[in-house]
Amino acid sequence: MSPLLTFFLWSLLKCVVVTVVLLIGVAYTVLLERKLVGRIQNRWGPNRVGPFGLLQPLVDGAKLFLKEELIPGNVYKPLFLIAPIIALGCALISISVVPFGGPFTIWGSPNLFQISDVNFGLLVILGITSIGIYGIALAGWSSNNKFSLLGALRSSAQMISYELALGLSLVGVGMRAGSLNLRVIIESQTSNKGLLSWNIFGGMQFFAFFLYLMAAYAETNRSPFDLPEAESELVAGYHTEYSSMKFAMFFMAEYANMITVGCVATMLFLGGWTSPFGNLVPMPHNTFLLGLVQAFGPIMWFVIKVFSFLFLYVWVRGTLPRFRYDQLMGFGWRVLLPLTILNIVGSSLWFAYHS
Amino acid sequence: MLLIIFILFAGLCLAGAINLLLQTHPINSALSLIVVMVSLAVLYLTLGAEFLAAAQVIVYAGAIMVLFTFVVMLLNAGKEERTLGSFASWSVGFPAVAVILAVIASVLIKSQGLGTVHLSDKITSTQELSAMLFKELVLPFEVTSVLVLIAILGAVALARRGDGERKGGQ
Repeated sequence: MSPLLTFFLWSLLKCVVVTVVLLIGVAYTVLLERKLVGRIQNRWGPNRVGPFGLLQPLVDGAKLFLKEELIPGNVYKPLFLIAPIIALGCALISISVVPFGGPFTIWGSPNLFQISDVNFGLLVILGITSIGIYGIALAGWSSNNKFSLLGALRSSAQMISYELALGLSLVGVGMRAGSLNLRVIIESQTSNKGLLSWNIFGGMQFFAFFLYLMAAYAETNRSPFDLPEAESELVAGYHTEYSSMKFAMFFMAEYANMITVGCVATMLFLGGWTSPFGNLVPMPHNTFLLGLVQAFGPIMWFVIKVFSFLFLYVWVRGTLPRFRYDQLMGFGWRVLLPLTILNIVGSSLWFAYHS
Repeated sequence: MLLIIFILFAGLCLAGAINLLLQTHPINSALSLIVVMVSLAVLYLTLGAEFLAAAQVIVYAGAIMVLFTFVVMLLNAGKEERTLGSFASWSVGFPAVAVILAVIASVLIKSQGLGTVHLSDKITSTQELSAMLFKELVLPFEVTSVLVLIAILGAVALARRGDGERKGGQ
C-alpha cells in the first residue's frame, strides 16, 4: 500500500475508535455521576437495569432516541437545528490532538495512540473549545424563549470571562516544556522521579493547576458555575426548547467537554501517560509481556487519571452550592485573572532562576 | 494538495464575505463573519503561520465575535431595512472606496519584500515567532500594547463617567 493510503486508513481507524470510546465514556460518565450523586445524597441511584444499574446508559439512550422530536413554532429554524451540531462537533473534535499513550509504532502507523500530532496542539484545544460557545449561544437565541436567551447570555459572558484565566493558567506549563506540542509537554514531565517530575509537583505549577481547574469548571458550565442552566431560575437554560436527540446532543457535548478537560489537566499537570512510580517498578523480562506493558501501561495510567478528574467533577457538584451571577463574574475577573497573572510572573522568575 | 485546500478556503472566505453583505439579519451577518475568520485562519495555516492561525481562531472567532453575537442577542436587534441609499452616499461612497483601494494597491505594489511567502513554506514555529517579536520588533510590539492599554482606559473612563453622573443626580 502507498504511504498516503496507509496514513488515511490508520487515521480513519483511529478516528472511529476514539469516537466510539469517547461516546461510551460519555454514557458511563452520566451513570457515574448519577450513582455518585446518589451516594452523596444518601440514596442508591439507578440500580434496576442490569447488574448495579450498569446497563442504564443503554436504556437512557433508547429513551432519548424514541422520544418525540418537537420543534416549537416560533424558533429560528436554521440556527435551532445547527446549534446542537456545533456544540457536539466541537466537543468531539477537540479530543483529536490528545495523545493517549506513548510513542508506539505498529504496521506503518506513525503513532498509534494519537490521531494527529500537531505542533500547537494546546492552542488547537483552546481554539476549538472557544468555538464551542456558539453552540450554546445560538441555541439560546434561536429558541425564541426568554429563559433560553438568558441562559445563553449568561453562558457566553461566563465563557469569555473564564477563557482568559483558563489560557493564562497554562502559560507556566508551556514555559517549562518550551513548546505547545502536547507530546513534548508530556515528555518534559517524564523522568526517573515519577510523580515528582510532574508539572503539579516538580514544575512549580501547583497553583496553576487549581486555577486551571476552577476556570475549566466554569468553561464547561459545570457546578458550582452552572448558571447557564440553573434550573431554579431558568427552567433548563439554553436547552429549554430542545427535545429528544437534540437535547441529548447538548447533554453529550457537556460530558464530552468534561472528559476533554480531564484529558488536558492530565496531560499538562499530571504527566499524561507516565507512571507515578517512575522507574521504581521493574519491567518484565519476557519480550511479549514487555511489549504488552509498554503498549497498555501508559493507557491505563491515562484512563485512571482522567477518571479521577471525572470523579472530582461529580464530587464538587454534589458538595458545593451554585454561585450567584455577580459573584461568578466578580470571582472570574477580580480573583482568578489577577492570580493567574501572578502565577505567570512567579513561575517565569522561578524558571529564570533555575535555568 | 495545499493548492486545493487554499482554493477551497479562499472560496469559502469570499462566499462568507459576500453573504455577510447580503444577509438582512445581524446574527446571520455575524455568523458569516465567523466563517470568514476561520477560513482566513486555515489560509494562514497553509502559509505555515500556525501560531497566527490559532490566535486568529481563539481571539477573533472565539472571543471578539462571541462579543458581537452577545450584543446582537442582548439588544435583540431586528431585521435590517433595505434602502437604495441617498444620493450623497452614492456620490461620495463609491469614489472613496475606489481611492482607498488604489492607495492600498499602490503601497502594496511599491513596497519591497512582500509576496515572498509560498504555499509550501515550512511551518514557522512559535519559538521563531516570539524571538522575532520580542527581539527585533520589540518597540512596535510595546507601542501596540500601549495603544491597547489606552483603549482599555478609555472604556473604563466612559463607563465610570456614566456611573458618576447617576450618583450625582440622585
